Amino acid sequence: MLANYIKIAWKVLLRHPFYTFITLFGISLTLTVLMLITSFLDHLIGAHYPETKRDRTLYIERIVMQDSSRQSMMSNSMSFKFLTDYAKTVKSAERVTIFSFFNGSNAYVGSQKIKLNITFSDADFWRVSDFEFIEGKPYNEQNIANSDYVAVITDDFKKHYFSNSDEPVVGKNVEIESINYKVIGVVKGSPITRPYTHADVYFPYTAPKSNYQNSGMVGNFIAMILAKDPSDLKAVRSEFQSNIRKIPLPGNQDGFKYGVLEVRSDPYLENFVTTIMNGGPGLKNIFYGVIVFIVLMLMGLPAINLVNLNVGRILERASEIGVRKAFGAPVKTLMWQFIVENIFITFIGGIIALILTFTIIQIINASGWIAYADLTINLTVFLISVFVCLIFGLLSGVLPALRMSKLSIIEALKA
Amino acid sequence: MIKLQNVEKVYRTSSIETLALNNINIDVKKGEFVSIMGPSGCGKSTLLNIIGLLDAPSKGTIEIDGLKVEKYHDKELAHLRNQKLGFIFQSFHLINDLSVVDNVEIPLLYRESNAKQRRELAEEALVKVGLSNRMKHFPKQLSGGQKQRVAIARAIVGKPEIILADEPTGNLDSAMGNEIISILQNLNENGATIVMVTHDDAMAKRTHRLIRLFDGTQVL
Repeated sequence: MLANYIKIAWKVLLRHPFYTFITLFGISLTLTVLMLITSFLDHLIGAHYPETKRDRTLYIERIVMQDSSRQSMMSNSMSFKFLTDYAKTVKSAERVTIFSFFNGSNAYVGSQKIKLNITFSDADFWRVSDFEFIEGKPYNEQNIANSDYVAVITDDFKKHYFSNSDEPVVGKNVEIESINYKVIGVVKGSPITRPYTHADVYFPYTAPKSNYQNSGMVGNFIAMILAKDPSDLKAVRSEFQSNIRKIPLPGNQDGFKYGVLEVRSDPYLENFVTTIMNGGPGLKNIFYGVIVFIVLMLMGLPAINLVNLNVGRILERASEIGVRKAFGAPVKTLMWQFIVENIFITFIGGIIALILTFTIIQIINASGWIAYADLTINLTVFLISVFVCLIFGLLSGVLPALRMSKLSIIEALKA
Repeated sequence: MIKLQNVEKVYRTSSIETLALNNINIDVKKGEFVSIMGPSGCGKSTLLNIIGLLDAPSKGTIEIDGLKVEKYHDKELAHLRNQKLGFIFQSFHLINDLSVVDNVEIPLLYRESNAKQRRELAEEALVKVGLSNRMKHFPKQLSGGQKQRVAIARAIVGKPEIILADEPTGNLDSAMGNEIISILQNLNENGATIVMVTHDDAMAKRTHRLIRLFDGTQVL
């Protein structure tokens, strides 16, 4: 029975190459877009190099102060001191790192300017993250205590800065903003899509221009709290929040009188969404644009396919349905036939989509559009995509069969 | 074997009511070969469709092998068609995308049987109609007479007790037509009850009994 259905499905595909092309194009494009978007979201949100511990990490990105009437608001990243007092002291955490969000800077090779991003961090930054050291080692507490002028650079920066990038560069100097730093380590870089760990050059927070000595609550530092286990996140969060509640209210920050103070400590996804939603109309529009695009791609193309399948098949195959009914096919069995045929076609579309997605991902990864991009076809992503396509396969099979079931045998045979 | 009592068929549209069959009473015995004749539009095919459970009468009762079918639902009717009836159509109604042997297997797909059994029975039926050398061919590669023989093989593959043929020779030349009637006669001699619609007197003379219709009414 199954072989008979598949034989028919195959013949129907071969019968009208253009119709088949449109059908498969719709299914495979939908799946490809779905897989690419999911792969990109996984790249953004998933736990990947060097943030492989995201499942047990809390992100502290900003302090929000409001006056008592909640009329005006001040939002900023925090001072090193503030995070030392309230985050570093969380006892239930395995480790806490304080570091700056990356900032633009310049370096010169001869007369050529290299634009780069720099970050200042403590020594725990290298323990909370999982950077791969190609050369040397990270700076430690001793380097920080000594205020050593040392830097960890990425392999990409090394390639651009040093003329002979094959030679080891640990011990050599890099001059950034007219200050010389000794290279202490070279890491495989983190893509810009992972902004907490992305930079070209990493300095100890005691290096010049880090402004770590700011005395107020606001500054240019953020923190990551690593819990011992994902199940501890709630307790860690609760301890941090109880620390924050110790801050006396109301208070005054640089002349701004606040009565409400909030410092969120969220897992990555929550933090990511909060950042987008608070990120102003531009980011919001992009976010909604992406959602609309996904919905259109997910629903629109298969819907067109559905109509295509409905019309084409009902008109062409009425006689076949009539014959099958005359020889004893119940409506339910005929519906199954259509469903099996559609699932078969969906699978062909799925295979094409898999090849397309794999190719596009390879192109993106190799193109350098996103440095250190490591997009992959996640198995879960693929299975979800196939599942969604199967649902559409089912729908596009059930609808024509239901319509066909309403046709009398005589009418069907006359068609 | 087939019993119709007071069967009436009315086609209704919003403005017109057409009486296609009026008070038909037929009793076809097991093993009979009956032909239905009449001018075009007299209701021959409608009558055959009602006998074949492809269409429902507006009034009256139908019994197939002692089973009263008026209260049967789609599933039960489908089962009865599958088990008891075999159809031969004037325009063959073969599925062009399937090979000859796959076409013949169709009635068996809706029965409890495995692929091997289906293949054996289909080949056996094709041997009976003299098409053992055309099993892998597709309908488009066959002549009209060969197509009708495939249709006969499909009708008999499930060994139904009743075969209903709607102008089986209508699209064939006289030689081919004779050949098809000979096959039907042979099937009848082997026990099949056959009801055939035809407009050809010569073909009708080769059956046991004639039912003649005129304007939806049984006149013979």
